[in-house]
Amino acid sequence: MVDKHKSIRIIPRIDVKGENVVKGVHLEGLRVLGYPSVFSSIYYKEFADEIIFMDTVASLYGRNNLHDIVASAAREIFIPMTVGGGVRSIDDVRMLLEHGADKVAINTALFLNPDLIKNVADNFGSSCMVVSIDVIKSDSGIYECLSENGRENTGVELFDWLEKVINFGAGEVLLTSVDNEGTGLGFDTSLIEEVSNFCPIPVIACGGAGKKEHVLDVINKTDTGGVAISSILHYDLASRDLDVESKEGNKEFLRNIKGNKNNEIRKGITSTTVNELKSYLSSNSVHVRI
Amino acid sequence: MNISVIDMGNIFNLQRAISFVGGRSSIIKNIEDILQAKKIILPGVGNFKVAMELLRNKGYDEAIIEKANEGVPILGICLGQQLLMESSEESELTQGLGLIPGEVKYFYNNKLFDDSKVPNIGWRPIIDNKESLRIWDDSILRGVVQNDQCYFVHSLYTQTSKIDHTLSLSNYGGVTFSSTVQYDNIIGCQFHPEKSGDVGLKILKNYINI
Repeated sequence: MVDKHKSIRIIPRIDVKGENVVKGVHLEGLRVLGYPSVFSSIYYKEFADEIIFMDTVASLYGRNNLHDIVASAAREIFIPMTVGGGVRSIDDVRMLLEHGADKVAINTALFLNPDLIKNVADNFGSSCMVVSIDVIKSDSGIYECLSENGRENTGVELFDWLEKVINFGAGEVLLTSVDNEGTGLGFDTSLIEEVSNFCPIPVIACGGAGKKEHVLDVINKTDTGGVAISSILHYDLASRDLDVESKEGNKEFLRNIKGNKNNEIRKGITSTTVNELKSYLSSNSVHVRI
Repeated sequence: MNISVIDMGNIFNLQRAISFVGGRSSIIKNIEDILQAKKIILPGVGNFKVAMELLRNKGYDEAIIEKANEGVPILGICLGQQLLMESSEESELTQGLGLIPGEVKYFYNNKLFDDSKVPNIGWRPIIDNKESLRIWDDSILRGVVQNDQCYFVHSLYTQTSKIDHTLSLSNYGGVTFSSTVQYDNIIGCQFHPEKSGDVGLKILKNYINI
């Protein structure tokens, strides 16, 4: 049963490559949209409930490279920050927490070393330990877990994996549907409903929001505790006249949309702000912090 | 005035928030640091029993109680608020610092609790406890508005034995609990003020200005 009285967390998810905010489709074809700490500051001021930073190229370097970005964000924003990408050990976790993370999201390393969940929970509390799960639906209709930011299929079935990570002491699950990610076609609500019914711990739904109605839809149809959102918020910020010229990466797209008042900047994406999204949800009987 | 922070859990962001609102803080490294302290924050994430053992093994428990009796303002955050109470049923019934009469209990042991997910993670409103002896403007919640929301992460909740020690109430899954407590110089928040945006920063500033 869906409890309408619970508060839903609206969580901008900022994928980072090098020093830039990037956004792709199915985690690929990344476009540069701006600077991470500029994005996080604006989201904080506009009432985001939490922020997720994800290093999309961490596995290429074998480690998370967001320390400076997290440290500069932490000086200005006072809401929970989850940081993920390339986190492999307790030392990696400690280092991110010292730089300002409140929680870490781990995916790839857990398939080799699920004990890491327990170690993180024992050392820093289970609330620090967010298990990030990227899934695709296989031809036979079962959900399989991907690692390496969507590049490798582990062959592990989603619900087997969920049972395991919950037993090891996960605090939260960040569930990304790679099939829907970046498409703007809406969330995979049946997946999220199944997972949130299965998990005794909070689940964050990620992947697919193309307009604010999609966010309301996933809240109404599932027991998700939060919604992670990228495109619809990022494209709004990218089109604002912020003083941020990125130094590297694919910027042509960014130049073309600066100052564009039309809020359908990319096909299928109707951009919005955190404030606007929350007022919309609130007027539809969802409890959000506004 | 310097704030001394007990070294438990992830205290980096707490220290950052204190400095953002103009305070200074240092980490407590030994009993001597506690005995010199003018203000003490007891943070903490994790297990009540483990935290109490840590405090006892270092002799911090008695030092904190001594300072509390001298009138030093003590702020417990999250698990830190729970440690101020007489006992908790986390893992097994364990004695706390006993600075405020009250108990800490599992949500799922309360018959009013529905099937909400545990831990309670997220933003919840804090509501004035009309039976409190203090009004908010004469407390750590000065300037905070009814139903302002704060960020919570917890699996157990606090209930003070005397309702007038509870400044604010919050509700999760049908269970109403003490989300802010204050008994003279002993203060506690179940939520994380360092992670509760402007509302939380206001509360930390109030603590600095005591």
